[in-house]
Amino acid sequence: MASDTYHEALELLSEDTKNMHRGLVSLIEELEAIDWYQQRADACSDEALKQVLLHNRNEEIEHAIMTLEWIRRHDQHFDAQLRTYLFAEGAITEAEERVTASATDAAASAATDGNGSLGLGSLKGRG
Amino acid sequence: MDILKRQHAPIVPEAWSEIDGEAKRVLALNLAGRKLVDFDGPHGWKHAAVNIGRLSLHKKQPVAGVHVGTRQVQPLLEVRVPFTLDTMEMDCVARGAAGLELGPVVEASERIARMEDEAIFNGFKDGGITGLIEASPHKPLPIPGAAIKYPQLIVEAREVLRESGIDGPYALALGTRCYKEVAQATEDGYPIRKRIEQQIIDGPLVWAPSVQGAVLLSVRGGDFVLTVGQDLSIGYASHDREKVELYLTESFTFRVLEGAAAIHLKHSAKS
Repeated sequence: MASDTYHEALELLSEDTKNMHRGLVSLIEELEAIDWYQQRADACSDEALKQVLLHNRNEEIEHAIMTLEWIRRHDQHFDAQLRTYLFAEGAITEAEERVTASATDAAASAATDGNGSLGLGSLKGRG
Repeated sequence: MDILKRQHAPIVPEAWSEIDGEAKRVLALNLAGRKLVDFDGPHGWKHAAVNIGRLSLHKKQPVAGVHVGTRQVQPLLEVRVPFTLDTMEMDCVARGAAGLELGPVVEASERIARMEDEAIFNGFKDGGITGLIEASPHKPLPIPGAAIKYPQLIVEAREVLRESGIDGPYALALGTRCYKEVAQATEDGYPIRKRIEQQIIDGPLVWAPSVQGAVLLSVRGGDFVLTVGQDLSIGYASHDREKVELYLTESFTFRVLEGAAAIHLKHSAKS
């Protein structure tokens, strides 16, 4: 099995959920690797090795962000939250308030995503 | 303000949620092609065409010695289905009413889903779309009169794909008539549908009202691509004192990259 972190019986899970699990677990692993490389680089007494470790850390950041982008494209709630908080200016804790204030009640309908679409996307694999 | 202009509609947020939710439910039920083909997007309103990587060379040289070619693209269609709702009825949800009259939302959702599926399965020549049925090089297999023979037919169709080098998983899109026949048929009390799903195909079995007969296709990926600009959305058109006109819209195109990955199963003209 590709993952031992499933919490429910495999036969009860949809293909979408299994793929999302693969994405989320991969993201967790990449973030963990970033943390490890960062700590090793800090502790390393050899300058050449330190540079290699920092290079590796930066590669893991790229992997993490690519995985996050896949998750965003496949989960409308991730998409909405990322649109609210990423690249926001000012206090992060006030980003949601600013977005809410700029949207009218109508446009803020819960069933739509950040582009006003219904967020259907791919239905592949559904019967 | 965006192109959908939703904020100008005299509709309370609770009613918008009901409208969006109902449209989403009906669309997910009716969209058959999306359950089978690759999805590319959504790329937004600005995405106007798909780069197909080809060049059309011009015979005439406007300047001697200069060869000229025009890049070929496949443009996206923009489709729109208008529908009208009763403003007072929509206000009732803010008073706590349940079970809003959303028949026009259901009808519009079914209609736009049908349009997308027509393009995917049967093509839309004016929009530059070749459907996956017409793109198949395989001779259609005749559907037998008795529904009990469906499993044998689908095994035969699967072998045609396999012999063409198309591997699975394989999915089955059934038109309304076939879907009913398969759903109702049993062999020694065992449902034919279960036999097909559990023993013959390894992809989904999908109700596809746009299909005449049935289609067996590979869902391995890379053969059929639905490219979406703006994904299905509800926008606002106009209103008066009693009615509000909304519309369902999307922009998309569809491409067949490997026509041999599908085979059509069809009823004979007599049956």
